[in-house]
Amino acid sequence: MLELLIPQASTFAGDIDFVIELIFWIVLFWWALTQGAFCWLMFRFRRKDGVKAEYIDGSETYPKKVITWAHMAVLVFDVVIVVYAVQVWHNVKITLPPAEQTVRVIGQQWAWTFVHPGPDGELDTADDIAMNDELHLQVNTLYHYKLESKDVLHSLSIPAFRLKQDAIPGRVITGWFETTKTGDYLFQCTEICGIGHALMPARVLIETPEQHAAWMAANSPVSVAAQAPQAPVAVALGAPVQE
Amino acid sequence: MAESIPASHGDHEVGHHEEQGFVSKYLLSTDHKVIAMQYMFTGMAMAVIGGFFAYAFRMQLAFPGMDVPGWGLVTPNDYNALVTNHGAIMIFWVAMPVLIAAFGNYLIPLMVGCDDMVFPRLNRLSYQIFLLSAIVLMASFFVYGGAFGGAWTMYPPLSAKAEYSLTQLGSTIFVLAVALEFVAFLMGGINFITTAMNSRAPGMKLYDVPMVVWMIVVASILFMASVGPLIAGAIMLLFDQNLGTAFFDPDRAGDPILWQHLFWFFGHPEVYVVLLPATGIVAEVITTFSRKKLLAYRTILYTVFGTGVLSFTVWAHHQFVAGIDPRMAHVFTVTTLLISVPIAEMMFVYIGTLYGGSIQYTTPMLWALGFLVTFLIGGVTGIFLGASGADIYFHDTYFVLAHFHYTFFPIAIIGTFAGVTYWFPKMFGRMMNETLGKIHFWGTFIPFNAIFLPLFYLGVAGQHRRIYDYSAFPELAQYQDIRVFATSALLVMLAFQVVFLWNFFHSMFRGEKAGANPWKANSLEWAAPSPPPHGNFPDGLPECHRGPYEFSHPDREEDYWPQNQPA
Repeated sequence: MLELLIPQASTFAGDIDFVIELIFWIVLFWWALTQGAFCWLMFRFRRKDGVKAEYIDGSETYPKKVITWAHMAVLVFDVVIVVYAVQVWHNVKITLPPAEQTVRVIGQQWAWTFVHPGPDGELDTADDIAMNDELHLQVNTLYHYKLESKDVLHSLSIPAFRLKQDAIPGRVITGWFETTKTGDYLFQCTEICGIGHALMPARVLIETPEQHAAWMAANSPVSVAAQAPQAPVAVALGAPVQE
Repeated sequence: MAESIPASHGDHEVGHHEEQGFVSKYLLSTDHKVIAMQYMFTGMAMAVIGGFFAYAFRMQLAFPGMDVPGWGLVTPNDYNALVTNHGAIMIFWVAMPVLIAAFGNYLIPLMVGCDDMVFPRLNRLSYQIFLLSAIVLMASFFVYGGAFGGAWTMYPPLSAKAEYSLTQLGSTIFVLAVALEFVAFLMGGINFITTAMNSRAPGMKLYDVPMVVWMIVVASILFMASVGPLIAGAIMLLFDQNLGTAFFDPDRAGDPILWQHLFWFFGHPEVYVVLLPATGIVAEVITTFSRKKLLAYRTILYTVFGTGVLSFTVWAHHQFVAGIDPRMAHVFTVTTLLISVPIAEMMFVYIGTLYGGSIQYTTPMLWALGFLVTFLIGGVTGIFLGASGADIYFHDTYFVLAHFHYTFFPIAIIGTFAGVTYWFPKMFGRMMNETLGKIHFWGTFIPFNAIFLPLFYLGVAGQHRRIYDYSAFPELAQYQDIRVFATSALLVMLAFQVVFLWNFFHSMFRGEKAGANPWKANSLEWAAPSPPPHGNFPDGLPECHRGPYEFSHPDREEDYWPQNQPA
């Protein structure tokens, strides 16, 4: 249902959609039941001349039974929702499967910096590729992200992954996702971060292994440095290299 | 309990409340009704301002870059300030003063049958501090740098450091205004609880107290128990802003998450603080106009207590993805979904009360039923957000925004209109115009749904909050038609409020005279003349003989049985 509006591009997107749809149907059932009963009562018991309202003083057992039944049913549905929601939450936010690649995501007023491991596959080495507002990922790969902020709260949000995590200055928050589909997806900042909050759109580009390798070769600081020998190699981290 | 009261109650000289001059009657008044009106009119004025802000930023969303008539160009800074202050005003300066302070002040002494609040001077001080807080808040729009724009939740470090927010004075003034406002309501809360518990009319047992009084009392208890951490937090934030402390500064070992806990530990009970008085008003209105006894008085009372206790255990569902330990989400998912049980039960009881009734569709009744319809949608959509797994996607999207407008609008606007139209004859001694009242109801109810139902859709489509212009987001820019539609509905809704204002002020002076009890209701306020004079009950304080909802009793010819009428 949800994928008609927003593509699913991570392994857990489908799980989260399942929880949302499960809640949707449960809630729709309760809403329709309650609203239906409500409308019927409003119509059935409208004022008619000469008809006095009933006096129900609370000693009758029938209304109590109805309410007790509804009470129990709400509780049962709550348990069902909790079970599924907690499972998905556990999977997405608590477990941390081993990473194939790790990227660093740094929020600041008002831009994102994405630090990709270079050809050596390791972060914090000379061949890291830092980019503004573009996160390049390889399809069918399990990534860890290390989320940081330089100033205020920001929030990493990738709707196509159904993923969201606030960035907190002074902390490094580690999480994971696994890409499933190539494409160009939206990356948002969803925590208000000052007057430029609306100016932080970024893109997530999920590429095939070949495309990714080509992009890496073209952007690796080593190869960039080879073309321009006077540029210091270590520039990568401080000053993001574009395209 | 009630038997021990009459000593002071009976001895009190009712005739001691003499006529007063203008200054002592209005500016320095200690009369609970005058203070209630002051709260109500201040709240209404703030609602006009908050509504105007909504108009300005909705226009910007529908037509980005447009010169909004009455405001001008909405810059990103303006947009943030408008959104921030719209939220803060509507909750702290409209819902709180009107629902708790105005109705609490007006109704509690009248409904429990006494002549005034137990601490009248504290009551006056409470209003004066509240007024000061409103003036302080509005002043922030006129200082250098402009008003604070870091959202009504004031998350540091954005709110704590001027170099991030760019509004040094605005941030300080905002926090100060909020803290002052809390101080005002602490005083009010003490008064409401003490008056309702100690000044009940002879014979009025705890289970004879009208539901709205109970609800305001429980709301005041919730407020007073939850606000302490936030006042402390606000002072810490003021120190961080101005005195160089580092409570919330991560660069110097402070913790920004601490603020979120302090804020939401107050912030979530606050939802119930404003919800309960509104549901109390609805209880009075639906029983009166369906001529039915409340289906299960004690059940509602216990669900209110249950909700109150549970409301202190759910706050971190606002912080699921904020960087708290993710295992905490399990606990808060369970407690959050658990709170749906008492609230659902309360809804069932209200709806069940209609069964066997004789429903009169007067304006107050339309508002009360409208409350149930809209709040039901607000309630069920909350389940998505309370369930941790689903909240990962919905957090900070328009789905959240639509959800809480479906809870707060019924509370603060629909509930208030139900109360105002119901007690208007008591307040001013005249009836409001029913036709205009119904036009106003439909002109508010339909556009309200037209504004916020589409916003659920935008939220599901991934639209995130507090963005002044979506054109930089190609996936979201395509929904511009929906934004224009929602804004148009808002304009229609705002236009219909003119009908209310005209009806309100016209009826105040020209309306048809109302007797003491125009709705044939039972509770004690209807035993006083309309409007009640200073001292409330000129013929002596009433005694209470039965519960407040004895409608359509089979032994009686008439379908109501006032609480003060001897058997």
